[in-house]
Amino acid sequence: MGADELVINMGPQHPSTHGVLRVKLKLDGERVIGSECIIGYLHRGVEKIAENRTYQQFAPYVDRMDYVAAVSSGLGYCEAVEKLLVVEAPPRARVIRTILTELQRIASHLLWLGTHALDIGALTPLFYCFREREEILKIFEKYCGARLTTHAFRIGGLQYEAYDTLEKDVERFCKDFESRIVEYETLLTQNRIWIGRTKGVGILTAEDAIAFGVTGPVLRASGVKWDIRKAAPYAAYDQYKFEIPVGTTGDTYDRYLVRMEEMRQSRLICLQAIENIPSGPMMAKVGKVLKPPPGEVYHAIEAPKGEIGYYIVSDGTVMPYRVHIRPPSFINLQAFDRMVRGHLVADVVAIIGTIDIVLGEVDR
Amino acid sequence: MNAAFQATLEFLKVYWAPLLCGVAVVAILPLIVGYIVLVERKIMADMQARLGPMRVGPHGLLQPIADAVKLLIKEDIIPENADKLVFWLAPVLSVGAGLLSLAGLAIGPAFQIAQDINIGILFVVGISALGIFGIVLGGWASNSHYSLMGALRSSAQLVSYETAAGMALVSALLFTGTLNIKSIVEAQSKEGIWFVLLAPVAFFTYLVASIAETNRAPFDLPEAESELVAGYMTEFSGFRWSLYFLAEYTNMIVVASVATTLFLGGWLRPFAGVPWLDFLDFIPVLLMMLVGVYCFVRVPKQPVTVQKIFMVLVGLLCLAVAMVLFAPIAIPILKPSLTEAVKPFYAGIHGGFWFIFKVSLYIYFFMWLRFTIPRYRFDQLMRLGWHFLIPLSIINVLLVGLALIVGAYFHLHGWGLLLVTTPAAILALVAAFLILAIEKQHDPRPEQTAASDFYAG
Repeated sequence: MGADELVINMGPQHPSTHGVLRVKLKLDGERVIGSECIIGYLHRGVEKIAENRTYQQFAPYVDRMDYVAAVSSGLGYCEAVEKLLVVEAPPRARVIRTILTELQRIASHLLWLGTHALDIGALTPLFYCFREREEILKIFEKYCGARLTTHAFRIGGLQYEAYDTLEKDVERFCKDFESRIVEYETLLTQNRIWIGRTKGVGILTAEDAIAFGVTGPVLRASGVKWDIRKAAPYAAYDQYKFEIPVGTTGDTYDRYLVRMEEMRQSRLICLQAIENIPSGPMMAKVGKVLKPPPGEVYHAIEAPKGEIGYYIVSDGTVMPYRVHIRPPSFINLQAFDRMVRGHLVADVVAIIGTIDIVLGEVDR
Repeated sequence: MNAAFQATLEFLKVYWAPLLCGVAVVAILPLIVGYIVLVERKIMADMQARLGPMRVGPHGLLQPIADAVKLLIKEDIIPENADKLVFWLAPVLSVGAGLLSLAGLAIGPAFQIAQDINIGILFVVGISALGIFGIVLGGWASNSHYSLMGALRSSAQLVSYETAAGMALVSALLFTGTLNIKSIVEAQSKEGIWFVLLAPVAFFTYLVASIAETNRAPFDLPEAESELVAGYMTEFSGFRWSLYFLAEYTNMIVVASVATTLFLGGWLRPFAGVPWLDFLDFIPVLLMMLVGVYCFVRVPKQPVTVQKIFMVLVGLLCLAVAMVLFAPIAIPILKPSLTEAVKPFYAGIHGGFWFIFKVSLYIYFFMWLRFTIPRYRFDQLMRLGWHFLIPLSIINVLLVGLALIVGAYFHLHGWGLLLVTTPAAILALVAAFLILAIEKQHDPRPEQTAASDFYAG
């Protein structure tokens, strides 16, 4: 290390590392010449816990990984186990799952937008975002009693019947939300400072993105049109029309635009879904004790942050032999060093924000 | 010993009034700053669709006092490897410079601590710039990387923006030909027009530069919370931290006061020299009465008796202030014989009101910006300062000077000066756009390489 270099520890206690991420930055003045992410401060051994729990018992644990998008994690796990059991959730359950997951996507993106803007110094969008997120959490609370770690779905379908005014609540939220997005955009999209802070910052080319295995909005902002909802439809996504926004340059501004558009698309999906919720049973025929046949399965869904995949190996007992989770935050975080090199300290927080990580999921 | 006592007595005999004023400023200022913070939090809450402090006192009116007590009883931490003396000295230096520069300001024709210094503005600007030493030394003494980076940013920022601010001040000073604060306001009174209209570009430059100088958002890089934790204040806690806080808000008051004095007519009422607009004198009275009445209206909504009593007291206080403001304009109407006797009171009381009102508006603008726009990056900030503001302010000084020469040639005064200064301002704006265009051409940012959209549909 030369005399003009400075190593600075950003985190694990730092206002903008979104939890307990620790970044070791090698600086030349304010310019970053190297970085190292040190993770594991929130490691809870989720995958190991799975080996000592029955399939149903483990379901609430996945909510604790990406705790701002618990519904999506839960959906992925339930569908993976269903695939292993070779059952399929009934249509009614699948539509309600889709609605809740899309609401969760909006909620997760709102949290991302608020904190990302806060990192870049815009204080106000955070509160607007939380105002709308609150409405979504209220819907979750009405549905299953929990706001954050919802455990909304069960293996084989739904535990709870949709409450009476679910459609109306979702519809009202979607109606209001259209103008609310415009509100955020007036604060940020054309703002010279915002553009200056995000355009050309943390460019990730499509080749790099694919090489790193990056998924989700980060991948799409680099210009790769890859979305599991379209590529391998699950739940009820094959029934609805929606667009997949892609960026061109793969910089922070593109990722911002992509996520904003994704919120709009999620809103449209919700509106389509509530129009026609099929009636019928909400649980497939699965036994009280789940004993999947020996074998293995990999199932991935498009979580708000990217592809969340569950690789489950069954040995025919009530407990999984092995559960491996592919968390999008963890894998997207790999691209951090590539994105941050050559930028300034102020850009580091912008880039951490734009990857949209949740440390619970990174560390598991 | 006796001689020293005699000398002190002599000194006190001459300077008792400024001394009292000084003590009052030092004693009251922390309270005022506390309430500015409360107002800021309330405005922030209003813009962010929430309520802000509501717990301590009705509508959180006692929050500043609770905060001050909390800060006083907090543990005072000095880091192990800090330079203890400098660590101790730095916040004091910062707050001292802020308070000292207040001395030169004139709130009304009568309220000035350091009466009639002939280099008034220079004194204020110079002393307030000393406050940066507190920040730099504090950042250095903390022996922490974050603090050091905050301090470095702060000093770089001050150096670059002080130049632009100084040039903006020069543009306004060209109209007066004096640095004396009282004479500057009197010049605006004589011309019958505020310098903000004569030199709008200079006002704009000063506005931007003053935000940067006081380290307020969007230029709050030295303490950028999301990047440097708390910048130069990272290692400071408890009362030391609050001294920095006090210094920051004092600096805000100072720059707002300088802007008010130079550009917004100081303690002058809007259209001070126009007799048929004298009814404007009633605005302060009505405003205070309105606030008082609103307090009374809100009394029944308060949940606790103590809060009700407090609300009534605040309302009464507002009405009392309204009466004080009303007296100097009512007495001449009721008893014309007393007109001359009341005049100094009128100037003092109403002057004070208008000065504080304008300063408040200026500070409100600071807050508004803070809650609306994101933060600049350091290189962008420096580029804005050196590539845009400084050239613009220098060009503006030249243009204003030229306009004044032309104006003198045609014997233009007061509003007539607008005939020459408006073209100058327009030229300055054209220059500003030219600078921006040139700046954009030399943007050092690397060309964006478009990602291959091989997969994009």
